[in-house]
Amino acid sequence: MSATFQSFKSLRLDRVGRDFGRHNALKEIDFSIERGEFVALLGPSGCGKSTALNCIAGLLPTTRGSIWLDETRIDVLGPEERGFGMVFQNYALFPHMTIRDNVGFGLRMRGVARAEAGKRVESALATVRLTDQADKLPGQLSGGQQQRVAIARAIVIEPPLVLMDEPLSNLDAKLRLEMRQEIRRIHAGLGSITLYVTHDQDEAMSLADRIVVMRAGEVRQIGTPEDLYERPLHLDVADFMGYRNRIPCRVLTRSGGMASIDVAGAQLEGSIRGTLVGDEAVAAIRPDDLCVADVGLDAVVEACEYRGHNFFGSARGPGGVELFFRSPKRVDFGTAVKLAAEPAKVLLYDGAAT
Amino acid sequence: MSDTARNHHLPLKMRLSAAGFDGVTLLVLPAILLLVGFFVYPFFYGLWLSFHPKDGSVFGNYKTFFSDPFLYETISKTLWLSIPVTILNMATAVPIALRVRLMKNQRLLTTILVLPITLGTVLVAEGMLNYLGPQGWFNRTLITFGLISAPLKLVHNYTGVFLSLVITGFPFTFLLVLSYLTGIDPTLEKAAATLGAGPISRFRHILLPLLVPGLAVTFCLGFVQAFSVFPSAVLLGAPSGPTRVITIAAYEAAFEQYDYSLASAIAMIMGVVLLAIIGAVLAARSLFYRGPAGGGKG
Repeated sequence: MSATFQSFKSLRLDRVGRDFGRHNALKEIDFSIERGEFVALLGPSGCGKSTALNCIAGLLPTTRGSIWLDETRIDVLGPEERGFGMVFQNYALFPHMTIRDNVGFGLRMRGVARAEAGKRVESALATVRLTDQADKLPGQLSGGQQQRVAIARAIVIEPPLVLMDEPLSNLDAKLRLEMRQEIRRIHAGLGSITLYVTHDQDEAMSLADRIVVMRAGEVRQIGTPEDLYERPLHLDVADFMGYRNRIPCRVLTRSGGMASIDVAGAQLEGSIRGTLVGDEAVAAIRPDDLCVADVGLDAVVEACEYRGHNFFGSARGPGGVELFFRSPKRVDFGTAVKLAAEPAKVLLYDGAAT
Repeated sequence: MSDTARNHHLPLKMRLSAAGFDGVTLLVLPAILLLVGFFVYPFFYGLWLSFHPKDGSVFGNYKTFFSDPFLYETISKTLWLSIPVTILNMATAVPIALRVRLMKNQRLLTTILVLPITLGTVLVAEGMLNYLGPQGWFNRTLITFGLISAPLKLVHNYTGVFLSLVITGFPFTFLLVLSYLTGIDPTLEKAAATLGAGPISRFRHILLPLLVPGLAVTFCLGFVQAFSVFPSAVLLGAPSGPTRVITIAAYEAAFEQYDYSLASAIAMIMGVVLLAIIGAVLAARSLFYRGPAGGGKG
């Protein structure tokens, strides 16, 4: 069964949906992934990304649509017949088995000969650098080591698809950075598809070749990390990609892709995203791009904190809107400042857009 | 040295609390007094009594017990009831619990199951006498439909006691098994499924090994209950025949022959048999994994 999937080319989701009772957890998901790609499913909690992953793994039946691995329809198969490797958020190691037996479990279930299985287990353990822990029980390892065991257990069966469900969310910040590199390295060595669920845009951008941004059970945008970071299609994607400033404004004039806007008397230039029909718009700006300048939005500083290279602050802008900005030097509480950003960094979305 | 020297300057209260004794410790005093007064003392008194039989010898009671088949056969008769009942209860509880743990309205079901426990053995026995007796609904229904010609003998024999032990013992066994089963992280099974394990393999390699310690405890508790069966053995069984359990022998010795010494000896023998079986089960348990049944850091 899974042996036939070894030389596959792509995974395709065709209008996949999943309901829980009357709740549409997943509306209609459509995307395909090529072999060798690392794709992140990114979205806030409750957006359906884990549901999508579980549907692909076969742990949740789909309500609508179909999932294909090349020309084989796989959503009708049970999880044990798909042969995908899955890494769970809480690791899900079998507590009563040694690390070696945990990693070898998938091979044992497939009836791989003992000698061959032993070799593959050793090589998987070497890949995650845990050879010397092989005879311990999972409870004796640290969180990071346990997660590496979980990864070894998923990849030892040489799956066409490795599914990871927020695998790093239980680790501390430093370990998380190390594990990112590790996961990327393992993915490069496998040559299969890795589908990675996360709510951390930083993690998604540093790991993935492409990111699928989801919200309320729908795919909002699919693109490379650069695409999403620089050119979010929707305001909610922008919001999720770190555009913390969302300023309601009026469009004054347009020319080409650009427009000049009015924010309570102050004027700014920005670039139009998506369909901007009416005069009501929302300007999205990253805190990184909004700086203290000579002309711009009038604001009163409310807080300022040091974050290494720069200071980041918040200020009360026109109409009471909260603004987050960057400053090379400390700005005191209560200071009146003018904040501005480059036109290319001010993204204008339709006011009605959510 | 300097530490202990310094401690002498501390008030007694602080030194005691450093050693783990404080006001809260006093709260266990009533329990200790009760335990000593109503368990430890009677137990040792019974033990002493059992070695002071009417004939004046030390082991007289034990000789009497093990030379009279009417007495020593009560051990096998009790075991012949309690072990199959406990095993049957567990064998039915495990599959049902496997399904029930996935249900959303467990509460209603568990309430229904707790009822027989709260009603008590005697009420259940009375109900069974009426329902399963020769003139009971059960037999009359079967006769009406022509399935049997003469009433089935379901009470006043081994079957009657067996059934009543199932009815009173199953809910208890089931609730325990259910709680052990829900303690096993459900993602472990999901992980096993993605690794290619079908339902049977998942049960055999993941659930069962993690459930064994719980099953051992469940067996012990269920077995102790069934082994000390008395009311239903008298009410629903044949107290002088196949369901002459060891508690009946002890009762007769104490309250029909007024031989408290022999009764104590029987109680001691009962305790030894119980301990032997429980010890064996718990020793077997130690061969299995006994740590937490979670899949990692939650």
